[in-house]
Amino acid sequence: MRQASINDYQGVAKDAQENFHGNQLVYIGWDKHLIFCAPICVPLPPDAPFEVIVKEILPAAYGLHPDFEHIDWSHVEWTVDQISHIPDMHKSLSQNGVGHKSVIRFVTPGLNGIGGVAA
Amino acid sequence: MSAKKLGLREKYSKMTRDLSWEPSYQPMEKIYPQTEMEGLKIEDWDKWEDPFRLTMDAYWKYQAEKERKLYAIIEAFAQNNGQLNVTDARYINALKLFLNGVSPLEYAAHRGFAMAGRQLPGVGAQVACQMQSVDELRHVQTQVHTISHYNKYFNGLDDFRHKHDNVWYLSVPKSFFDDAMTAGPFEFITAISFSFEYVLTNLLFMPFMSGAAYNGDMATVTFGFSAQSDEARHMTLGLEVIKFMLEQHPDNVPIVQRWIDKWFWRGYRLLSLVSMMMDYMLPKKVMSWKEAWEMYFVQNGGALFEDLARYGIRMPKYWEQTVAGMDHLSHQTWNTFYTHNHAAAFHTWMPEEDEMQWLASKYPESFDKYYRPRWEHYKKLEEEGKDFSNPSLPMLCQTCQIPMFYTEADDPTTISYRVSEYKGDKYHTCSDGCKDIFDHEPEKYIQAWLPVHQIFQGNCGGGSLEEVLDWYRLNQGVENVKYHLSEDFSNWKKWKGLDPETESDDEPRQVSNG
Repeated sequence: MRQASINDYQGVAKDAQENFHGNQLVYIGWDKHLIFCAPICVPLPPDAPFEVIVKEILPAAYGLHPDFEHIDWSHVEWTVDQISHIPDMHKSLSQNGVGHKSVIRFVTPGLNGIGGVAA
Repeated sequence: MSAKKLGLREKYSKMTRDLSWEPSYQPMEKIYPQTEMEGLKIEDWDKWEDPFRLTMDAYWKYQAEKERKLYAIIEAFAQNNGQLNVTDARYINALKLFLNGVSPLEYAAHRGFAMAGRQLPGVGAQVACQMQSVDELRHVQTQVHTISHYNKYFNGLDDFRHKHDNVWYLSVPKSFFDDAMTAGPFEFITAISFSFEYVLTNLLFMPFMSGAAYNGDMATVTFGFSAQSDEARHMTLGLEVIKFMLEQHPDNVPIVQRWIDKWFWRGYRLLSLVSMMMDYMLPKKVMSWKEAWEMYFVQNGGALFEDLARYGIRMPKYWEQTVAGMDHLSHQTWNTFYTHNHAAAFHTWMPEEDEMQWLASKYPESFDKYYRPRWEHYKKLEEEGKDFSNPSLPMLCQTCQIPMFYTEADDPTTISYRVSEYKGDKYHTCSDGCKDIFDHEPEKYIQAWLPVHQIFQGNCGGGSLEEVLDWYRLNQGVENVKYHLSEDFSNWKKWKGLDPETESDDEPRQVSNG
């Protein structure tokens, strides 16, 4: 049963990629930094290079955290949709395997939030 | 010769069961297709017991009496400037949450029970739904009337209807009822009368009412009492419908169990708002969220499910996760609103030191370790005049529509991420409970109106935060600021003579709303 209904009911996906004006949605979460209560949602063109995330999106989203300026980007561990991934910064999001509604998570070794308790 | 008066039993029978008839132009299944779609097997509608045996004429009489008492009290409350007797103006923010988040659900319940009454084939059930539908309409009216007095003096209470339909966090309660109303009638009653009103009511309604009593808000206490006798009737209906479905056919057991699992979890997620209200928003606390959950769900709920075990019904799935989450729920929810206050129609604040100590004593496992460091960081920023706001929009759960802030049951430092694939797209949920609900009826939840996604589609007034907040009709700089910067706070100090720098007004001045 895909939905209890009185006839064969088909829903319309509200968040299909074509509804986002050429963008796709990307979710990003910084592990162990929960003053940012939840992962963030950003619309980005699929052909944007991955480095847009590091150079523009993350500083705007997370720059207020005291840990942010201490991040050693060469040691950051990334996952894309739960699979560990070494991003090619100059290749596009698509080429890095980031699709519509993909989740990118990153871990910053040694930086575990305010007081070291994931704040 | 005057007509003989009907005896009670006869009158009850004439005015309920005798109102039905056997249809002759159309088959039953064409008149009542919604019961069929739910998959339940009902063999004998006459087995439906009406626990209250109330007829409409008696109903009107009782309700009119309750109304007279209520309106006499709220009139006296207004004349005596009762709003000045609350413990602190921070308390009013609990009312803002209630009026914008909960009262419109009473209206949704009114609609839902009207629909369920039409969709259920049995006359006993129809009459019960009709009365509850009228009750719910009365509840929303009395709440709006009561709180309208506070609207004259405080911000954030003037546009609840628009806000409920549009503002991001209010999509959480709104979508809860939309989900229930678009199910069939039995699922609707299981969701609202059983899971919500029977199992969880002591955790929704009562914290607001006892919170009001503790904090000097006699107006709210009064509408609470006025609704309470109705609630008792609703709870009984909830339990009756569960027993009816389970006794009709053994094949109904797994269907009913799945509804209980689903609506317990959806209700629990919705109660996140209540948890932060209890632990953070009441200046004078009633009890902690953890104590309430232990008493009302773990103990009382546990006893109820022991009773239902003879029908083959077990505790709701994932209830253990709610116990693991007791130490974290209210803090994580308050963190979310504090850091997004710029987009909320009520004020937030950091607890005072004595409140921090109260929290530490109620949450010895979690507060000092995980949450005090966050609060102290925010307090330091406040002192520097740099209040912390999250500049981004959050990822939302596809089912409960709440920002994905919940952590794993066994690890309060890691966000819980779940994902499903359906027709080539990814759908993200915040928990096993919400993922199960999505996976069972994906065709329903792929249509969810997720506020953050709607903003990015351009459907919420524009691309900038200011445009979106205007579209929410949120009075910017007034409704959506931290409490210490609010007009509510400065007015309160004036009215109560708490600020030596401003002269105290004799008369509280009304604020200009909307």
